[in-house]
Amino acid sequence: MAGQIKVTHRNHATWWAFALHRLSGVALALFLPVHFLVLGLAIQGEAALDGALIWTEQPLVKLAEAGLIVLLAAHLTGGVRLLALEFLPWRDWQKTLAALAGGVSLAVGLLFLVNAF
Amino acid sequence: MSVEGIQSRVWLAQRLSAMVLAVAVTVHLGGMILAVQGGLTAAEIIQRVGGNGVAASFYGIFVLAAAVHAPIGLRTVLLEMTALNPRVADGVAGVFAVAVLVLGLRAVLGFYQLGAV
Amino acid sequence: MEDMLAVSIWRGGEDGEFVSYDVPRLENQTVLDVVTYVQRKLDPGLSYRFACRVGMCGSCAMTVNGRARWTCRTHVSRVADDGRLEIAPLRNLPVVKDLSVDMVDFFDKWAKAGGAFSPTKSRADDFAAIPPGDAKRRQANAGIECIGCAVCYTSCDVVTWKPGYLGPAALNRAWTLVNDTRDGLGRARLRLVAGDDGCLGCHSQQGCQEHCPKSLSPTAAIAGLKRAVVVAVLKGKL
Repeated sequence: MAGQIKVTHRNHATWWAFALHRLSGVALALFLPVHFLVLGLAIQGEAALDGALIWTEQPLVKLAEAGLIVLLAAHLTGGVRLLALEFLPWRDWQKTLAALAGGVSLAVGLLFLVNAF
Repeated sequence: MSVEGIQSRVWLAQRLSAMVLAVAVTVHLGGMILAVQGGLTAAEIIQRVGGNGVAASFYGIFVLAAAVHAPIGLRTVLLEMTALNPRVADGVAGVFAVAVLVLGLRAVLGFYQLGAV
Repeated sequence: MEDMLAVSIWRGGEDGEFVSYDVPRLENQTVLDVVTYVQRKLDPGLSYRFACRVGMCGSCAMTVNGRARWTCRTHVSRVADDGRLEIAPLRNLPVVKDLSVDMVDFFDKWAKAGGAFSPTKSRADDFAAIPPGDAKRRQANAGIECIGCAVCYTSCDVVTWKPGYLGPAALNRAWTLVNDTRDGLGRARLRLVAGDDGCLGCHSQQGCQEHCPKSLSPTAAIAGLKRAVVVAVLKGKL
């Protein structure tokens, strides 16, 4: 029977920042066509749009929306971090930048939740 | 053009569209957090974006940048994390780009026309 | 300090398995000392590589408790987990036997990345005068201490996902030469490191610099290459 080698090289801040960026990116990409489709249905008139908006008043839907907002904010802040890393002079405090990006995206999600309820 | 020349331009297109999206997503997030206060109504949305050329142009550019950015990222993920043939990954990304572009522009146009009624 | 270490060492090729050994615990003991003890006293058939034992040759890197390390400069006291050590070959490279991996791909990629110095002068010319404070020289200096141990290569997910990817060490080497004003390969090297298998494949996970025993930052070097590629593309030279 073949053995299994332990792998721990991924457990550091900037790898987790990468993982979050990839996960949020794929999730947002899949959400995008659905978002446009729903908007496309809703804009058939004011009544249809109101119908869709009433559906979004449910607490669970609002919570899911907040989740999407956190994903969007995380991909935004993580992306700005990457653009700075790639296009501006190198900084040695990359972990601080990654932590900052994570903090800001959580704050944006909270702000949305506070306003939504 | 050489393979590395094409790949470098595709990579740059993703970064340039990311820069556009960084601005657009920030505006969109801010707008949503402000708009969601006190609940959304169709009349309110129509008043804000219906017939509004500035809003339509902004969201038009937003959709265009997303249609460039997301498929390139999706293609990278497919190539790295699935056993998909590179040609198939190109095809999936291409179809995805057209879908995002068409559905997105249809939604933007729909919202613009709601105000004209 | 415990009297004995419980050591599991990878034996065999790709489909090998761990074999357990008990090794006396000493003060000032490196992981390489442990492997050497096993080979000298317990199992002479154990294959592994080392040469200088002082962190210069880059030949003794292994996976220790899940992380790639230079074993000659890694003290047991820093890595032993409750007196246990798991010692395995490096990831991302074919296992030859036990702790020895085939480094051919790793070094071939240095050549593919234009890693050879391309002189613009001959021995008949005078020395090139380069002030140590020169901006390009400082960029080059940041990366030249690489010992070629492949710890970065083994810690990079992009290498795992894309077998053609040149990897952090080769790209870091290319960046030192891009900044070497005596080198003449110029745009030809940039073409070698552009594209998806070159610097543009990097996702800035930064595992390379997280684990580099010399504390180098290949991610910074790769970011420099990306900027150079962008400039060449915008000038229509790539």
